[in-house]
Amino acid sequence: MAKITYIEHDGTEHVVDVKTGLTVMEGAVKNNVPGIDADCGGACACATCHVYVDEAWKDKTGESSAMEESMLDFAENVEPSSRLSCQIKVSDALDGLVVRLPESQH
Amino acid sequence: MCDLGANIVILGAGHAGGTAAALLRQYGHTGPITLVGDEPLAPYQRPPLSKAWLKGEADADSLALKPLEFYPEHQIDFRPNTRAVKLRRSDKLVELSDGTTLSYDILILATGARAIKLPVPGADLAGVLELRTAADAEALKAAVGPGKRLAVVGGGYIGLEVAASGRALGAEVVVIEREPRLLARVACEALSDFFQGVHQAHGVVFEMGASVTGFVGENGHVTGVTLADGRTLPCDAAVIGVGATPNDELAAEAGLETARGVVVNLEARSSDPAIFAIGDVAHRPMPLYDRMFRMESVPNALEQAKQAASAVTGRPPPAGEAPWQWSDQYDLKLQIAGYPFDADEVLLRGDPASGKFAVFHLKGDQIQSVEAINSPPEFMMGKQLILNRKAVSKAKLADPSVSMKEVVA
Repeated sequence: MAKITYIEHDGTEHVVDVKTGLTVMEGAVKNNVPGIDADCGGACACATCHVYVDEAWKDKTGESSAMEESMLDFAENVEPSSRLSCQIKVSDALDGLVVRLPESQH
Repeated sequence: MCDLGANIVILGAGHAGGTAAALLRQYGHTGPITLVGDEPLAPYQRPPLSKAWLKGEADADSLALKPLEFYPEHQIDFRPNTRAVKLRRSDKLVELSDGTTLSYDILILATGARAIKLPVPGADLAGVLELRTAADAEALKAAVGPGKRLAVVGGGYIGLEVAASGRALGAEVVVIEREPRLLARVACEALSDFFQGVHQAHGVVFEMGASVTGFVGENGHVTGVTLADGRTLPCDAAVIGVGATPNDELAAEAGLETARGVVVNLEARSSDPAIFAIGDVAHRPMPLYDRMFRMESVPNALEQAKQAASAVTGRPPPAGEAPWQWSDQYDLKLQIAGYPFDADEVLLRGDPASGKFAVFHLKGDQIQSVEAINSPPEFMMGKQLILNRKAVSKAKLADPSVSMKEVVA
């Protein structure tokens, strides 16, 4: 279990307990956190679960795959801290994780 | 016009219906929402049923759109195992299979589509399966495994995904396709050839241009598929994947305008202003291609759920999207954006032999659609260009050494 804070583009915070083994995307979608669309349900096919991961958490969230990098490269509003949240698995080590959401996923 | 306290009934608890219910609450709807589904499960994702779930890489929890407690927590009255049997528009009432009725101010039809049955002898034998629901997928999963012989009827996406998953589980797989090539209705020839080659390399056997005339069985269970040329192919199970037909009878009987699907506008509103239709059951406008169309895809279900929920809650309509879909087979990710309507040229970017390429369908110098294999940049940029209607340079597009960011003319 990890407590994850999702911050919408307008600053609204959602603090959610996410089960180990789920992804950061699933934690948002299953708790009806707005701002993460996840059209493909986690198949790394759509880039609509784009988040910004705080610098402090970069190592713990792991490296992105070539497929993820490639998808992100063409998403909108991409920053160096951008990740696809369907590709970040939740573990106890991510307790306290903070992710910010972009203005739009499309 | 807009009433956040209106009484909303959603018929169909699939991806479209489930998403509409959640979005209505997200958008501030406070009135009653009743979500009626004919399956025992709360809304779940269907795409993994032929892919990750079938291979055992995803569990039931991960399929669910929302946890079960989500519905009571958000005052959504979810009614499983229930279907609507009659729509009485003049009374704004729906009669349900359990004998009760529901009144509505606003009705959202999300009744989906159903698998087309093969009208041949033996199609009702045990072991002749289809793949639409989680229950169908359970039956299929139980029927495939090492050494089991699986016959897949229909070389479309579902059939090919099942074939790939079946091979991954150790089953012997034969795919029987009526047309001379795979994916004949939905993909170009280059892609058909490519997929057939990949599946053959993974041990799938193909019977192309072959019609199924029936199924034979012993003790009520299928043991073989008979073909028009007289042969019988032995099998332990068969899966039929020959397309789907919209569940629009309820709407048609109630006098709503239908055309192989419930006809709606860009708000997903039907010919009755109090009734919306979303997802596989809707025949919707596609402004990008200047025509009406019915689509069977998750992105379409989500887009229309957004359109309906926005219209109902008085929000501005969502921005238009380019239609898209995806398929996973073996280590291949196929991503498709757009439809090749009115295309006058097919352009290949990359080498199919490398397992990484894209096929663009152009109308003049505009991209109508792109089929991308293991090529996210081609898909992502292609999707944006389809939506923005920007002209591209064909020479640059055909040259994989030019970045997709630089193909705009």
